[in-house]
Amino acid sequence: MAVKLKDLITKERAMRQGHRMCPGCGAPTVVQQALLAVEQPVVVTAATGCLEVSTTIYPYNAWGVPFLHSAFENAGASVSGIEAAYVALKKKGKITKDIKFVAFGGDGGTYDIGLQALSGAAERGHDFTYICYNNQGYMNTGAQRSSATPKGADTSTAPAGKVIPGKIQKPKDLTVIMAAHHIPYVAQTTIHNPMEVIEKVKKAIETPGPAFVNVLAPCVLFWRLEPSLQRDICKLAVETRFWPVYEVIDGEWKLGYKPKKRVPVEEFLKPQGRFRHLLKGETGQAVIEALQKDVDEEWEYVLKRCGETWEPQA
Amino acid sequence: MSRKDITSGNWAVAEAMRQINPDVVAAYPITPSTDIPMKFSEFVADGLVDTNLVTVESEHSAISACLAAAVSGARVMTASSANGVALMHEIFPIAASYRAPIVFGLVNRSLGAPINIHCDHSDSMAERDSGWIHIYCEDGQEVYDTMIMAVRIAEHKDVLLPVFVCQDGFITSHCFEPVEFMDDEEVRSFIGERDPLFPLLDIDNPVAYGSLALTDYYFEIKRQQVEAMKHVERVYREVAGEFAKKTGRDYPVVDTYKTDDADHIMVIMSSAAGAAKDTVDRLREKGHKVGCLRIRLFRPFPAKAVVDALKGAKSIAVLDRAASLGAPAPLFTEIKGALYDAGIHIPANTYVYGLGGRDFFPHNAEEAFMDLINNNMSPEERYLGLRE
Repeated sequence: MAVKLKDLITKERAMRQGHRMCPGCGAPTVVQQALLAVEQPVVVTAATGCLEVSTTIYPYNAWGVPFLHSAFENAGASVSGIEAAYVALKKKGKITKDIKFVAFGGDGGTYDIGLQALSGAAERGHDFTYICYNNQGYMNTGAQRSSATPKGADTSTAPAGKVIPGKIQKPKDLTVIMAAHHIPYVAQTTIHNPMEVIEKVKKAIETPGPAFVNVLAPCVLFWRLEPSLQRDICKLAVETRFWPVYEVIDGEWKLGYKPKKRVPVEEFLKPQGRFRHLLKGETGQAVIEALQKDVDEEWEYVLKRCGETWEPQA
Repeated sequence: MSRKDITSGNWAVAEAMRQINPDVVAAYPITPSTDIPMKFSEFVADGLVDTNLVTVESEHSAISACLAAAVSGARVMTASSANGVALMHEIFPIAASYRAPIVFGLVNRSLGAPINIHCDHSDSMAERDSGWIHIYCEDGQEVYDTMIMAVRIAEHKDVLLPVFVCQDGFITSHCFEPVEFMDDEEVRSFIGERDPLFPLLDIDNPVAYGSLALTDYYFEIKRQQVEAMKHVERVYREVAGEFAKKTGRDYPVVDTYKTDDADHIMVIMSSAAGAAKDTVDRLREKGHKVGCLRIRLFRPFPAKAVVDALKGAKSIAVLDRAASLGAPAPLFTEIKGALYDAGIHIPANTYVYGLGGRDFFPHNAEEAFMDLINNNMSPEERYLGLRE
């Protein structure tokens, strides 16, 4: 049955008021939308990161559902352990309810330090949903580069200097890596439209076995973004094809959105301070061109995998 | 009815695990503990246990999954050695702080480099401040018995701490010797069912594990762990006492061998106590009043029992199977500290032996005893069985 936003408004939130995330941060938006339409009881685990530290400052706790955090690189292993205990205790009749398991990690805890634990959990086939709130860098430690950071971004460990224009490398494609695990559900999306995350995560959680959802979610401090532009910047990420939205269900690729027009990636870069150095001078222009080439190539790849063609309006 | 069989230290652990029938085992193979998950996975494959076996992709994930399962309310066990233990290090203090009663078969092996698969205690000694209970075993029988007792100690409401059950890699883990096994039902009635406090899976009473506690609360939380450790020795004695009544096998926190009237005592841990006790017998035949004190419970350190055993001696030799590079060896430090606190000054020699699996022979033990007998005392660290 289709999910209706108006039915969800009165629903009790899994994460409640009083957390200390920044105004405009994408992470709490991801969490709220992700868990809003889930009908079963949920147990949440999270990798170390902004979300975890800002929601569980002792003796307070913003979570209305059971919550476990233990370390940075092990959210995949933690969710495996919880699910393993559930399966064992349910078999013995010590637990009777159906419970679902969700792990949250930033891109640091997911693309980088936690990739092995996530890969292991996916390969073993535990029944869980892993949601990466991907702000494209290490924000809990202060805007360092990660393997999710886009080319040209100014970060605190790949700063835009006199010789080097920010991060040189392009990010790894974690969504494709997770799809290559041949798990039943993989999605890449962002918070440009609330129903996107609500519906996709509901589907992910209801799918038996491992599911992975990669959600682009801005960090206003790192992206140097006006907090009110959270949704607008995510829309631009989709419109410029910087962040294609798609699902891979049992190996079948399905494109979520095709922009009507060819919008240059520069439109996505402009509102963000982390790309400001690229908007002036020849070096910056060359980086933008290289970034556009990467975007076009990735878009072509996604179109091909989805069996789609794209004919933008002139 | 109990039964006797010839088995290895590793298989004794696996057999104890079969009888305990834990809810979750998450493990990753590493020499010399590999036999434990291997044998246990046969039990799983043959349907002899109800355990959910999680064959993880690293030791870090093994202990992370164990911790998550334990706080979820499951009874949880695992095993590892050396580099595997070192890779798990980050999670050990977290498991202790979450009061997760994991029982861990630790098969002692030296830490690299050079890479070496044989026994010393450098792996577990590196974890001595992680908040876990440490019990060191001399032989396969003791390893088997201790695994069973450890479940009760770990899960006791006054304790709720994880336990390392240590045995010497290859020397004990791969040595086949007679072990008396309890009846399955006897084991299950001894350990009972786990009754978890604040399980994560109690959906109706949600709890959060893993809060951020800064300058305002961290210290108080650590103080509670100190308090839990203070309860361990009492609970240990209760559990070991009950176990002795059932099986006739008694395991005090320290094992004293002819120490009552001894002038010279060797303090040692784990399998090397065999050679030490044998040497005690031979030297006693020659008229030397010598004895051996084996430390079984190392964390919390049973200072009173140690002092009681040593206080009448004229000199002691402390043998460590691990070095603390740049400082006195770990067991030696503990022994000196316990005696100092008791206001007792006994001349003590410190020896490091058996690193990287170097054999410890009765003649090595005799060398140390003869230093005591000949009053060849010095605070300088000495080495047994080393070419220099």
